[in-house]
Amino acid sequence: MTEGYNFAYLDEQTKRMIRRALLKAVAIPGHQVPFGSREMPLPYGWGTGGIQVTASVLGPDDVLKVIDQGADDTTNAVSIRRFFAKTAGVATTTHTAEATVIQTRHRIPEKALRDDQIIVYQVPQPEPLFRLESSRVETRRMHGLADYGLMHVKLYEDVARFGQISIAYDYPVMVNGRYLMSPSPIPAFDNPKMDRMPALQLFGAGREKRIYAIPPWTDVRSLDFDDHPFRAINALEPCGLCGATDAYLDEVVTDDKGGRLFVCSDTDHCAERRDAGHVGKDGVP
Amino acid sequence: MYVTVKGGEQAIDAAHAWLAEERRGDVSVPELSVAQIAEQLGRAVDRAMSEGSLYDRDLAALAIKQSQGDLIEAAFLLRAYRTTLPRFAHSLPIDTASMRAERRISAIYKDLPGGQILGPTYDYTHRLLDFTLAAGGTPPPVASAEPDGEALPRVPDILGQEGLLEPDEGSDATPGDLTREPLLFPAPRDVRLQALARGDEGFLLALGYSTQRGYGGTHPFAGEIRMGEVSVEIEPAELGFAIDIGDIVVTECQMVNQFKGSKTVPAQFTRGYGLVFGFSERKAMAMALVDRAMRAGELGEDVTAPAQDIEFVLYHSDNIEATGFTEHLKLPHYVDFQSELQNVRRMRRAAE
Repeated sequence: MTEGYNFAYLDEQTKRMIRRALLKAVAIPGHQVPFGSREMPLPYGWGTGGIQVTASVLGPDDVLKVIDQGADDTTNAVSIRRFFAKTAGVATTTHTAEATVIQTRHRIPEKALRDDQIIVYQVPQPEPLFRLESSRVETRRMHGLADYGLMHVKLYEDVARFGQISIAYDYPVMVNGRYLMSPSPIPAFDNPKMDRMPALQLFGAGREKRIYAIPPWTDVRSLDFDDHPFRAINALEPCGLCGATDAYLDEVVTDDKGGRLFVCSDTDHCAERRDAGHVGKDGVP
Repeated sequence: MYVTVKGGEQAIDAAHAWLAEERRGDVSVPELSVAQIAEQLGRAVDRAMSEGSLYDRDLAALAIKQSQGDLIEAAFLLRAYRTTLPRFAHSLPIDTASMRAERRISAIYKDLPGGQILGPTYDYTHRLLDFTLAAGGTPPPVASAEPDGEALPRVPDILGQEGLLEPDEGSDATPGDLTREPLLFPAPRDVRLQALARGDEGFLLALGYSTQRGYGGTHPFAGEIRMGEVSVEIEPAELGFAIDIGDIVVTECQMVNQFKGSKTVPAQFTRGYGLVFGFSERKAMAMALVDRAMRAGELGEDVTAPAQDIEFVLYHSDNIEATGFTEHLKLPHYVDFQSELQNVRRMRRAAE
């Protein structure tokens, strides 16, 4: 552990302040709670909100997993995992099932999370209405009044112009039937995993200084219309390495002649399946 | 066969090692010392301290060395350091009227008590590259004189005696602190001034400039600009009296702005205020322009321009926030991009 810094970097008073915000956030699912976000030794926009939330919930016995784009070995995931290994000395893992706290950017792991796990999302823009109304004074009022007509009109206009809702990621959700919430920029494919998830879901937006949460087993509904129900988007073929048909896939360009390989974005999920003997058409047994 | 990419960890270590080598540059050239930066790149140190919100010349010089002279990166290093420091006390308000001024000018009076003091300014230098600096050497000695000890009353106080300038009501309330509490609206002026003092010089300069070009005019006069040392005092509760804990150099700008008056307020001049660490006149002046522009609403003026939009200014003035979020676009986004790709493909199929 790093000398001269408190466990998990933040001082205990700051953690207490963040835990208070977290408690409030859990009590009002989907509501954005302002908090005194600290300046972290990592840049804003690179997970400072998630890091502060993780630092505040982490204990010495926790096992931490950090993913970015579903992968444990992307550079920023490596950097954040190292930060906690160094400042908190906690055990880290790449296996979803072994982790007690999972910090993520842009994905929810494929393996269903349990009620003894916490997932911490890094959030660049907590305000789901920001593209429609730039003033936070105004959006705050709209949340207060549950005045979400603007978002419904946006979705309606999508249907009118394109024949379908055109949002592919950061697809807005209604939490517990009350607050419109940004699920963070996860692909819409992941949205259904949030609904009635047994794990506690915490969201940290450092630069925007907001925390919000979804308690376990809370209703989370992706906005849609009766005649245009929500549809998750994914590639149309199975994973080339493990053959999974129900996992979110990345597209890898293999040559300059249109060659493509589709592979699981969740690297742990893919490796586990391959270890269990599943082989895709581009994989080796 | 495709193998999933691994090796982020080694790549990061190698990148850091390469960076350290780049930073040092050609080893046949003598290494720059932190003391040299602190002494000879004073304006860079001032800017890093101001935007880093930490008054420490040596640490700022170290940050500049570490960041290879990237001043936003240097300010970031200082911010990340200061946030870990314990807080013993709040200082009393500094008294700029008793500043040991190295520079003091007023654009609205030809002469005034204490006089105009030009100080170490670039203002009247001709911007010709000085090739003798490349050769190095010691500058010729400067003529010096004993301070005359004459007081330097602040220009707004002179104007205020006649009631021509809006009064500046002091307050005993604890000022807000953006480094501890999140920015909330309506943001009071103390919080706005703190945000501006920490804000990016370039951003404030452009915004202040925009007010001069018609985007929310404030009809400013540089009432007074002064730069010099002031004492910082704290009053520990157990002592009950103030003690001097050191001196800092600050630049203060008091803009005096036209105001036509309203139904309830007679015609008078209004204030825009700028105060920054070190010698940063450009920023202090820009700050004063933007401070006044943001007061449009409370003074009953139309709010039409970016500089008058408090939310816009305060949410975008911080260059540590701005640089982080702008630069985060280089982090992988392939999951989102993939969902957009599939979405566009789906929409094109639907259209066919």
